[in-house]
Amino acid sequence: MNMPSRIKPPLGHDNGWWWEQAAAGDLTIQRCAICQTLRHPPRPMCSECRSMEWDFIKSTGRGTVASFTVLHHPQFPGYEYPLIIVLVDLLEGTRLVAQLRECDRDDVQFGMAVEAFIHEDDDGFKIPMFRPANASQQAKETQHAD
Amino acid sequence: MPISMKNEAAIAGIGTTTYSKNSGVSELALACKAISNCLDDAGMDPAEVDGLVTYTLDSNDEIEVARAVGMGDLTMFAQINYGGGAAVGLIQQAVMAVATGAAKNVVVWRAMNGRSGQRMGQGVSGSIISSDLIHWSWYMPYGMLTPVSWVAMIANGYMHEYGVTSEHLAEVAITQRNYALNNPAAAGYGKPLSIDDYMNAKMVSEPLRLYDCCQETDGGCALLITSTERARDLKQKPAVIRGVTQASTRGQEQMTSFYREDLRSLPEMEWAAKRVYEMAGVGPQDIDAACLYDAFTPEVVMQLESFGFCGRGEAKDFVADGNLRIDGQLPNNTHGGLLSEAYIHGVNNIAEGARLIRGSSCNQPEGVEHVLVSSGVGVPTGALILGQD
Repeated sequence: MNMPSRIKPPLGHDNGWWWEQAAAGDLTIQRCAICQTLRHPPRPMCSECRSMEWDFIKSTGRGTVASFTVLHHPQFPGYEYPLIIVLVDLLEGTRLVAQLRECDRDDVQFGMAVEAFIHEDDDGFKIPMFRPANASQQAKETQHAD
Repeated sequence: MPISMKNEAAIAGIGTTTYSKNSGVSELALACKAISNCLDDAGMDPAEVDGLVTYTLDSNDEIEVARAVGMGDLTMFAQINYGGGAAVGLIQQAVMAVATGAAKNVVVWRAMNGRSGQRMGQGVSGSIISSDLIHWSWYMPYGMLTPVSWVAMIANGYMHEYGVTSEHLAEVAITQRNYALNNPAAAGYGKPLSIDDYMNAKMVSEPLRLYDCCQETDGGCALLITSTERARDLKQKPAVIRGVTQASTRGQEQMTSFYREDLRSLPEMEWAAKRVYEMAGVGPQDIDAACLYDAFTPEVVMQLESFGFCGRGEAKDFVADGNLRIDGQLPNNTHGGLLSEAYIHGVNNIAEGARLIRGSSCNQPEGVEHVLVSSGVGVPTGALILGQD
């Protein structure tokens, strides 16, 4: 029997590329090809200059927590609770909503530094998430100390 | 000169069904019953109704309703989007119709089996990839599927910024429950809520607990809007529409306006406030009672600032001082609201606004000249000011 898994995004013209980039390991941000304005969530037109030409940049994945919520109820199959969701101000100036992992509920703080990584589910689905910044560094250091 | 909508139309009829958790009847039956009661309340024959407005979320088509209730020839029918944000939009459609002659007598309604049928927050899915489906898909894969989770994200930041606590939210919930104790139609009737009940209830989406969330209801609510002149000849005291507007602002999303510069306010509600005060020719100091949309308690707190009842960051003190109570500066949701009466997507809050003008609320403050009503928070929304004839 298959275990329940997370809800998958529909992949349309305006958003599919972002998930494809995530599946390839990159967190990306859409950029207007004319005026260079970054935008997220992706849209087909630049609201600054109305150009429909765009490309994307790879995000540093670094940012700070602008707000967060911790979900307890209702609990949907395919997710682990309590579920920490953060709204992150990325270094590039756009925002992104994603899950925060590798962090105790009591350690989530407004303004805390976070870094993005690509999480892979058991079914192979890949999705950008955050963890406390330098968590990976700390993990390496701990490993080194061992 | 644009056509003025001020004082042109009035709410002349109010009709509701029983509010329950399991109606045992269809949503069409609820709509018909609410509308029938509304027309009886006003003393108008169904054949005179020529305009109908409801929500895009309502499952009842206008013509199904018209046929069942025995209406005749229609000249205007419309549906408004954005969930509870539609509520005041229904009134705006009706007033535009009456003011321009597009229709004379407009019935607006919302009828839903909101508990026994399709509940809110069960996720959004579909096989056609629409822009709306893509919008929700930035949150659904992360497990953020419920309205409370989207509201909590904004509320948590606002509360952190201004030092708002659970005690402040509890004051909103308990004040409205106390109103419901006098309203036999309310879900909260006979069910007092203490601060311990509030604090000990389960955490839903931090910082919001169970009693920060509105009811889920099976029921219907309908209103009749006609010219102020005609309303005077009907059975009830007219609740004159002084001002009404829809409002959406730059960068608006539906429930998830997480990308605007300022995350600690409600720009669409501030825009609604500016518009509706200007149209009505009144200000916050002239508002005697309100029905501020209350799907979740922090929405009430934030709107107090949007509508100018206090300054930025001061709403928590306004609330703590008891100003939302019957003897306060702004009795709010005197029927119990969505939190403690019923969740009819805000149409029941407009109905209470009309009752407050009639003087027939279960918790009627004295000397009510103007009532402010708002619709959904964090969505394209609107505001309405009702006044005495």
